[in-house]
Amino acid sequence: MLVKRCFASERRLPAKESEACGLFGVMDITGKRFGGEMAISAMKNIKVRGNGLGGGFAVYGLYPEYRDYYALHIMFQNKMAKEQVESYLVENFNIVYDEEIPTNPDVNLFCPPLVWRYFVAPKKKGEEQALSDDDFVVSRVMYINTSIEDACVFSSGKDMGVFKGVGFPEEIAAYFRLAELYAGYLWTAHSRFPTNTPGWWGGAHPFSILDWTVVHNGEISSYGTNRRFLEMHNYYCTLFTDTEVMAYAVDLLMRRQGLPIEVVSRIFAPPLWDLIEHMEEREKKLYSTLRMVYAPLLINGPFTVIVAHQNEMFGLTDRIRLRPITAGAKGDLVFLSSEEAAIRCVCPDLDLAWTPRGGEPVVVRQGSRDHLLSLPESV
Amino acid sequence: MNNLNVRFGLRDMFLDGVRPAAALIKYVNINGQSAEIDALDLKHKELNDLLRAVALQGISKVTVKNVFGQRYIGTRLYLPDPEKRLEIRISGNPGNDLGAFLNGHRIIVFGNAQDGVGNTMDDGEIIVHGRAGDIAAMSMRGGKIFIRDNVGYRAAIHMKEYPGKVPVLVIGGTAQDFFGEYMAGGIVILLGLTLKENEPHKAHYIGTGMHGGVIYLRGRVEEYQLGKEVGVRPLDDRDRAVVERYVGEFCAHFGLSAGKILQGEFRKLLPVSKRPYGKIYAY
Repeated sequence: MLVKRCFASERRLPAKESEACGLFGVMDITGKRFGGEMAISAMKNIKVRGNGLGGGFAVYGLYPEYRDYYALHIMFQNKMAKEQVESYLVENFNIVYDEEIPTNPDVNLFCPPLVWRYFVAPKKKGEEQALSDDDFVVSRVMYINTSIEDACVFSSGKDMGVFKGVGFPEEIAAYFRLAELYAGYLWTAHSRFPTNTPGWWGGAHPFSILDWTVVHNGEISSYGTNRRFLEMHNYYCTLFTDTEVMAYAVDLLMRRQGLPIEVVSRIFAPPLWDLIEHMEEREKKLYSTLRMVYAPLLINGPFTVIVAHQNEMFGLTDRIRLRPITAGAKGDLVFLSSEEAAIRCVCPDLDLAWTPRGGEPVVVRQGSRDHLLSLPESV
Repeated sequence: MNNLNVRFGLRDMFLDGVRPAAALIKYVNINGQSAEIDALDLKHKELNDLLRAVALQGISKVTVKNVFGQRYIGTRLYLPDPEKRLEIRISGNPGNDLGAFLNGHRIIVFGNAQDGVGNTMDDGEIIVHGRAGDIAAMSMRGGKIFIRDNVGYRAAIHMKEYPGKVPVLVIGGTAQDFFGEYMAGGIVILLGLTLKENEPHKAHYIGTGMHGGVIYLRGRVEEYQLGKEVGVRPLDDRDRAVVERYVGEFCAHFGLSAGKILQGEFRKLLPVSKRPYGKIYAY
């Protein structure tokens, strides 16, 4: 007789009904730099949206003194991985400065890896001189992440950086001493509630490639399709989690193909066909074309994301809004978050709070008031 | 990198560090029949424990200030005397599932509410002087909810009713998509007061999967904004009486005058079938 054996799960995951990651982003549209207090307090406010299995922050305007160099943040599981990576880096980059990222040893986290940062300039040889610096860096990051065991590049942009790990976000912030050491003009933050994939240091959000970062709440059910399409463009998914495809898709569409956010958000979250039917002729043509050309990059399933890069961030939900988002504005500060309460707790006297339509991006740009363009269709 | 996987027990983000009600007395200020709670440092459970504690002390009016996202406010207030009703006045921004399973009490919010207002509410009243997020009145089975401004996606989703128990949701502004989705009962009134002259409502797929209850909609809506499962009818005298009654209550809560609102054009949306998907899933 066959008896089905039951194995205890390797990681205990809670029942699904309470799943919900927490997102927060704040940007000063004049480019003024500020500390991490707002991002950290907001994440504390929405603590219950995560379960301590991942927290992280992305900061822009972080390394003004090295703004011309790519800042690589790399985590190593052991010394050997570090030696391997460093000999690879020396071959491919001029390293202008490197150091261990300062941490607070009094913060008790599970199994923190060794985390190091390198400020580098590409050292292109032979045929590769035809490549852009960005493409060169992407290829090297992909190499390390796919081919060197126990090492993971989790941040590779200029004048920005990602800090992340396993723990509640405020613990990660305390561990990396974010509030005391750093300032930036744009902060995004994430509290993780992993559902289908393991909670591990590399799998915490934000996900990044070059200076693109993504924080995400939801699950991407089109992951397989998206991933295969991205592999055709030399992006390889190595992090055991769905959000990764979003970071690479943004890099492909916005950096390499030069599409604006307003178009990219229609590729990720296009209107349903029967609503396209009722559009004006020009719009109908645009939306149908986008749906046909970029069908493999339609992101299906429930999601809210905050995507950021230099001088810009945008918030977007899936087209039928199965995950929440709220935007807020006060003077030059613009906020995006999963919950209005997280914004109000760091800025009680908001000028405006609004929720865009599903699939409609809230675009926050330095030196512009573009975020207000999403207002007319909001509630 | 797989061996970076973390294997350790889950920490409880809801209950970690929750203090017993006795340790929370310093946040309450009792004055005769009424009490004031400062919620700034309180977790979800702590605030609800305190509400329960003051209700059991016989207090009937509670003001809660500095609310920033505390969830489930007003739930779990099943008191020994079932006739006893509490009035909870909230200033700030209450969190998700405000008034979940609400048992006949009255909640007034001076600010915006988030997702899930009145989730599976049984009886009582929720009055929001602001807007509400997604899934307002989800699975609501009794009582009344009045929201002054707009609501997000899927308001009134799977609202229901019973003989002698009909929930009512009145929204002053407009709603986003899937308004009245899978509605099985109850009365929903959408007034469109935040819209400009002749501007259609924001919602698409109104009443998708609706199979019970009624929606009274004031203002413009295009044919294609309606789900396949609803039909449009003019109001009859009985409908008019229902609308007048609840619009009157709505206006009394928010200091508006009902006359002009009632002059607007109302339409009645009804389900065309009691089992819209019966043929799809039945073998």
